Amino acid sequence: MSWPILFFILVGALSIATAVGVVSSRQPIHSALFLLVNFITLAIMYVSLEAQFLAAVQVIIYAGGIVILILFVIMLMGSEDVPVDRIDSSWASIAALGLGMLMAATLLYSFMADFLFQAEPNTLAGGAPYAIGMTLFTRYILAIEMVAILLLVALIGALLLARGPRTGPKTGAELHAEEEEADAAGTTIPYVDDETTVMAAAE
Amino acid sequence: MLQNYLFVLILSTVALIIPVAAIVLGHFLGPRRPDPIKTATYESGVETIGDTWVQFRAQYYLIGLIFLIFDVEVIFLFPIALAFERLSLLSTLAVVTFVLILLLGLLVEWRKGALEWE
Repeated sequence: MSWPILFFILVGALSIATAVGVVSSRQPIHSALFLLVNFITLAIMYVSLEAQFLAAVQVIIYAGGIVILILFVIMLMGSEDVPVDRIDSSWASIAALGLGMLMAATLLYSFMADFLFQAEPNTLAGGAPYAIGMTLFTRYILAIEMVAILLLVALIGALLLARGPRTGPKTGAELHAEEEEADAAGTTIPYVDDETTVMAAAE
Repeated sequence: MLQNYLFVLILSTVALIIPVAAIVLGHFLGPRRPDPIKTATYESGVETIGDTWVQFRAQYYLIGLIFLIFDVEVIFLFPIALAFERLSLLSTLAVVTFVLILLLGLLVEWRKGALEWE
């Protein structure tokens, strides 16, 4: 067995093992860390396929950005356990089966296409960043500008989603408006000094 | 092809060996005489106050999202930096437009105060 194939098998096995770890871990943090290792093994795969730029993107965007966001979500959720019986998972197995079949069909199709049509290797001059820069800004100018628009939409969407209903501390102007309302109604606002007293009052 | 990346493999192996060696050596050489004070959970040298599983502010997530978007932008700018000398005027204008569109996004964030820490 040649070295590249042995290497591929080792990295592939690690990739599958970490993917299983992601779905089988009880702790969400462990899942996120398994996902991180999985992304890194994918990057190694990309390097071995001579797509160095994609490998760098995989590490910088996925391992460096997406996993951080997932960790943020875990931290935001806090420690409250979600009762398992309250999650409606009746559709989950059907969805999983459907997606799995789709995945299998895609894999089968790409294998078949390789054997039937003798696909040309479509590496982009070694997948080097230089070649990608040349191609992106000569042949795919329209696509790259649309990517810019897409990123702008994502940015504004993130802004709108994250700042939807305000739950944080109120600003001075809002407190003032509330006071005036209360004055007009002839009532007084009960003084609360922080969130814990609010929660205690709610209980 | 992969031989070119042998140095990455060697570096990763060394980076893995050093912490593993520290943990393994500590496991075998260190005496273990636990008592309640030694096994207590501590944070920055002092005992923890309250639950360590606190809920973080949602604003961290917004900052994370903004970071991710500009991360993607920089990824696109990197190949341009390498191909810069060979690009035509049209391509250069395309690059400038690309950056300007995203600058617009940054301006919107700024105006809306998403970059401020409340």
